[in-house]
Amino acid sequence: MNQEIALELKHISKYFGSVVANKDVSLTVRKGEILSLLGENGSGKTTLMNMISGIYFPDEGQIFVNGKEIVIRSPLDAFHYGIGMVHQHFKLVDVFTAAQNIVLGVKDKKRFNLKEVNERVMEISNRYGFHIDPKKKIYDMSVSEKQTVEIVKVLYRGADLLILDEPTAVLTPQETEKLFAVLRKMKEDGKAIIIITHKLHEVLSVSDRVAVLRKGEYIGSVVTAETNEAELTEMMVGKRIELNIDRPDPVDSRLKLNVEHLTCKNKEGVTTLDDVSFKAYSGEILGIAGISGAGQKELLEAIAGLEYAYPGSTVTYVTQEGEEEELIGLSPKEIRDMGVALSFVPEDRLGMGLVGSMDMADNMMLKSYTKGKTPFVERKDPTSLAVKIMNELEVVTPGIHTPVSRLSGGNVQKVLVGREIAASPQVLMVAYPVRGLDINSSYLIYSLLNEQKQKGVSVIFVGEDLDVLIALCDRIMVLASGKITGIVDGRTATKEGIGLLMTKNEAMRQEDKNES
Amino acid sequence: MKVEATEKIHEPLFHIAKRESVPLWQGIVVRAVAIVIGLVVCGIIVSASSSSGKNFFEVYASLFSGIFGSERRIWLALQDMALLLGVALALVVSFKMKFWNLGGNGQILMGCLACTTCMHYLGGKLPDAVVILLMIISSVLAGAIWAVIPALFKAFFKTNESLFTLMMNYIALHIVSATITAWFPKGTGAMAPIEYANLPVLGEGQMGKSLLPILVVVVLTGAMFAYLKFSKHGYELSVVGESENTARYVGINVKVVIIRTMILSGAICGIIGLLLSGAINHNVSSNMDGNMGFTGIMVAWLAKFNPVGMIFSAFFITFITRGMGQVCTDFGFTNDALSDIIIGIIYFLIIGCEFFISYKIRFNKKLLRKKES
Repeated sequence: MNQEIALELKHISKYFGSVVANKDVSLTVRKGEILSLLGENGSGKTTLMNMISGIYFPDEGQIFVNGKEIVIRSPLDAFHYGIGMVHQHFKLVDVFTAAQNIVLGVKDKKRFNLKEVNERVMEISNRYGFHIDPKKKIYDMSVSEKQTVEIVKVLYRGADLLILDEPTAVLTPQETEKLFAVLRKMKEDGKAIIIITHKLHEVLSVSDRVAVLRKGEYIGSVVTAETNEAELTEMMVGKRIELNIDRPDPVDSRLKLNVEHLTCKNKEGVTTLDDVSFKAYSGEILGIAGISGAGQKELLEAIAGLEYAYPGSTVTYVTQEGEEEELIGLSPKEIRDMGVALSFVPEDRLGMGLVGSMDMADNMMLKSYTKGKTPFVERKDPTSLAVKIMNELEVVTPGIHTPVSRLSGGNVQKVLVGREIAASPQVLMVAYPVRGLDINSSYLIYSLLNEQKQKGVSVIFVGEDLDVLIALCDRIMVLASGKITGIVDGRTATKEGIGLLMTKNEAMRQEDKNES
Repeated sequence: MKVEATEKIHEPLFHIAKRESVPLWQGIVVRAVAIVIGLVVCGIIVSASSSSGKNFFEVYASLFSGIFGSERRIWLALQDMALLLGVALALVVSFKMKFWNLGGNGQILMGCLACTTCMHYLGGKLPDAVVILLMIISSVLAGAIWAVIPALFKAFFKTNESLFTLMMNYIALHIVSATITAWFPKGTGAMAPIEYANLPVLGEGQMGKSLLPILVVVVLTGAMFAYLKFSKHGYELSVVGESENTARYVGINVKVVIIRTMILSGAICGIIGLLLSGAINHNVSSNMDGNMGFTGIMVAWLAKFNPVGMIFSAFFITFITRGMGQVCTDFGFTNDALSDIIIGIIYFLIIGCEFFISYKIRFNKKLLRKKES
């Protein structure tokens, strides 16, 4: 291994108000090395990287590139020193082609020549094994293609140090493997790569060294070959924790929700859900997998009465007594007033499930404030419910009257899940319930879901981490471009199998295109 | 191709960081400092540009006498303050819903016009009590209708409410001018006060005239505070304001809430119109709104939409406006330009100081030390 140091951070600190984002972090990256930056959400990984790439300015500390101290004030400065960052949320212009996006913002004295750009893009792609069509428009691209454009963009500007912020969060297992192959090639080419992630098995498979952050502080670095998941988790969390997800056997399985021919279209008339039919049973967890935007959101919202379903769609809810109730065409309030015990934890917690500027108590009564005959709201019961949830789920907050938007992601989710479970649901739908949560909170959510399952609730779980889906769910339904491409048994499913189902329609469509 | 660093990169001297939350007293101190600076600037400009020979300190004597100079002035100031607060209350319900109602002026004018129309046609022909009842109903309705039109378009067609409400002001303004011309084709455009069906006077002198508007607004303030803080409607409209998606998620009918809230907002403006025409002026003119539809926005924002805080911001704005009017009279300024400039400067400082409440400026200590040494 090349031992030359590409980047060195010394005693970097960054504060946001009284919040310590990074404290006294020192870190080195060598040339020809992949360094994993590991840490829980909120541990300051992204803030640290943003300081290197010129988005934030460090409050204290020094940065050295190739042994020389430098000051980075803007992303342009970062590029001067060959540092490029691929952000978690892509920053691309939709109506431009790949090549146009790549060259956007590059300031050289030469005349702009798109043909030359295309050639250079192809050259870079061939060198590292990317598959990219420089003339393709961004809006025609899949998530993984867009990511490729972002990476090439950074390489085009001559970056020697690449920072990738959670690059695999949006990829299927197959796409992740491809990305890792590319990263390994770059490494052989002498580039230094920092990859931010919290998926341990990826850390172990791709990186040479791992640097761990916890609560903004640098805990230490270890050589990947000499460590294991348990040790890394301990470094990350600060204590030893059990990483097994329980999966009790389903009890007393009865039909709870029967969805047939569910079809939805978005505002532009594009079909988002195409003739989806499935059944959900009490006492089981039904997982829903798919690449993002495959119709998961529309499916849950259509069942909850938030999305218009086309004629012919039916969603039948079976009550405890065995009576059938049709939910399509009803508003969420009408569904609730009918006595249907349906709880829904939406993906957008503060934008849909809660009101960020309101306190816990006011958020508790979102679904029950209409109770009582007076024109005034009753705040006594919601307040005691808020206190109960705060104590039982150990919500960390200055008090129940603090606006929930001030709480951390995990605590916001505890408030939301707590409220939805307190309504004693028969069907509980959760969308990406552990996104952005630390390990402890994630496992708390899993065990809450299992608890509900054992109570006989039919749980529908939309997830993105296939490892979790496989470990937690009894059945896993895979959506691809709004269609069901398979329902598999969670006990026998493999990641690769689900990954193939996730891209099945996509692959078929590509073939159609090629033939025509 | 690697871009070489051509210029030497300097460290920034300071940067701006968001504050967590500021203790109450600190916020008050910052605002007080802004007001003091504003008043000093006011004193300097006035004493420097006046040819009346009065000195710097006499500016403040005039300023205070504008509002506290006599019993009559005190009551007039309280009346102005009450009306302004009333308009701000109307606006605050819509603002809490993130419906930017810029049509206060128009809604007030339509209230004035409806009230005066009743007085003009029915005054003296029907018993006063009946006319007054009709005045109340028609003013409230007129204000509500003027506000609900943009609300309907917003609810059903998602039009932008700011532009829509703003344009409704001009329509209202010209309807009033046209009506006055139609009533008095040969007149000067100004209307003589109508003697019939005036709202009751509750006592002697200016106090008697001002007391009714003041009492109405006192009741309104209490009612709006309770409505926003404790009622189901108030809860619904703040949910809609914070996030329409959350409102949909819990099954709130967003269209109904928008329309209902704007009817309320317009109705309160209509009441202010009723007070202006029925209790104070007994006629209508095209500038009767006194631009309170816009000044009220500032009253609401300065108090962060809290009806109790708005009492203070309404008082302050009334104080400055009436005080500067007095200063101009005492120092012999014949036009409003100077007073407008100074009021502008003071507003600017008051609003500008909010920046220092929300943000702090952190200097680069290393560079400062270098400079000192």
